[in-house]
Amino acid sequence: MSKLKLATVWLDGCSGCHMSFLDMDERLLELAEIVDVVYSPLVDTKEYPDEVDIALVEGAVSSVDDEKKIRKIRAHTKMLVAIGDCAITGNVPSMRNPIGPEAILDRAYIQNASAQQQIPCEIVPKLLRVVRPIHEFVKVDVYLPGCPPSAETFHTALTALVNGGPLDISALTRFGA
Amino acid sequence: MSNGVDVKTLIIDEQEVSARRGQTILEVARENGISIPTLCHLPGLSNVGACRLCMVEIKGSNKLLPACVATVFESMEVSTDSERLRKHRRMILEMLFAERNHICAVCVSNGHCELQTLAQEQGLTHIRLPYRNPDLPVDASHERFTVDHNRCILCTRCVRVCAEVEGAHVWDVMGRGINCMIITDLHEEWGSSTCTRCGKCVQVCPTGALFDKSKIGSDHPKYPDFLPYLNLMREAQ
Repeated sequence: MSKLKLATVWLDGCSGCHMSFLDMDERLLELAEIVDVVYSPLVDTKEYPDEVDIALVEGAVSSVDDEKKIRKIRAHTKMLVAIGDCAITGNVPSMRNPIGPEAILDRAYIQNASAQQQIPCEIVPKLLRVVRPIHEFVKVDVYLPGCPPSAETFHTALTALVNGGPLDISALTRFGA
Repeated sequence: MSNGVDVKTLIIDEQEVSARRGQTILEVARENGISIPTLCHLPGLSNVGACRLCMVEIKGSNKLLPACVATVFESMEVSTDSERLRKHRRMILEMLFAERNHICAVCVSNGHCELQTLAQEQGLTHIRLPYRNPDLPVDASHERFTVDHNRCILCTRCVRVCAEVEGAHVWDVMGRGINCMIITDLHEEWGSSTCTRCGKCVQVCPTGALFDKSKIGSDHPKYPDFLPYLNLMREAQ
């Protein structure tokens, strides 16, 4: 049997969900027997592959680049799993929403900068007006809330998803868990 | 006969139960170990039927009734759980989450919040409605407590405990509909209001909207259990 193609994606989040994923420790070895990690901040692939079975997406959609990425990921993924509160609710990145990007950038790069006060406009992607959860852009198949979801949650959920077994998410985790 | 207690017999979730006249469906259900989700209801305070989470079905009627204020009648058949009710309850919770800025991960009440717990109990894994992201104030002018309007769900428990139990009526509701806000006095800062600093409002608040400044992180459980005892002791006097 060929291995399932697994991708993990890091949008606007703190990478805590990826850390928690890695906290599965030796269980990662079991996982590696049944999946190939084809794209991830943890591996060197630069381009999102054409066919991915399961994508775990951490982080909210905050910039034009995030939006482009999530649409591409959806188009090339069979099962899209939103992991963590940022991907699902906007969470901490969305705290800028009532304030707006101009005021935030001004505070960070002008008011609080002592040298070279300028708002970055080259190379870095433009911020969207509001930070939004993934499902407001593309269809999400599975939601795994938590900040971050625990290693136990990852293990139980991934085992169920890979084997097609039943999965009671509310019994595992919640917003802010 | 005339001075005896008027007993009603009814059915809740196919369980035959008896109740005294004037009791609410919620009271009778809880006395019999049947759980109905609630948010604005709190033992020891008057009921306002504001949150609508306790809606139940009555056989023979298409209308849903709020169990916290609807009183029992003879032979009524109540259903507290159905796909239709679960759908409505999930929708109510989703609207509460979408209405203001509830960021569980950074909230003082994370792990002790009634809204968060209800969301988990009702199987909410995401909010289907777009978030409104309103720009709301935080009033930290009080020396002991803070009100963060981002986390307020307008259950009015604080308003009721302040008026009914403390007798101060410092809290009230301002505005209409989506513009509703809880306020102290005539919309003055909490710190310079007529607040008696008793802290009852903080203990009854189901979310992290009202919190004690001396608490840090998310270590902020609330203890509203004093209310029924306080009322009992007052009645005994």
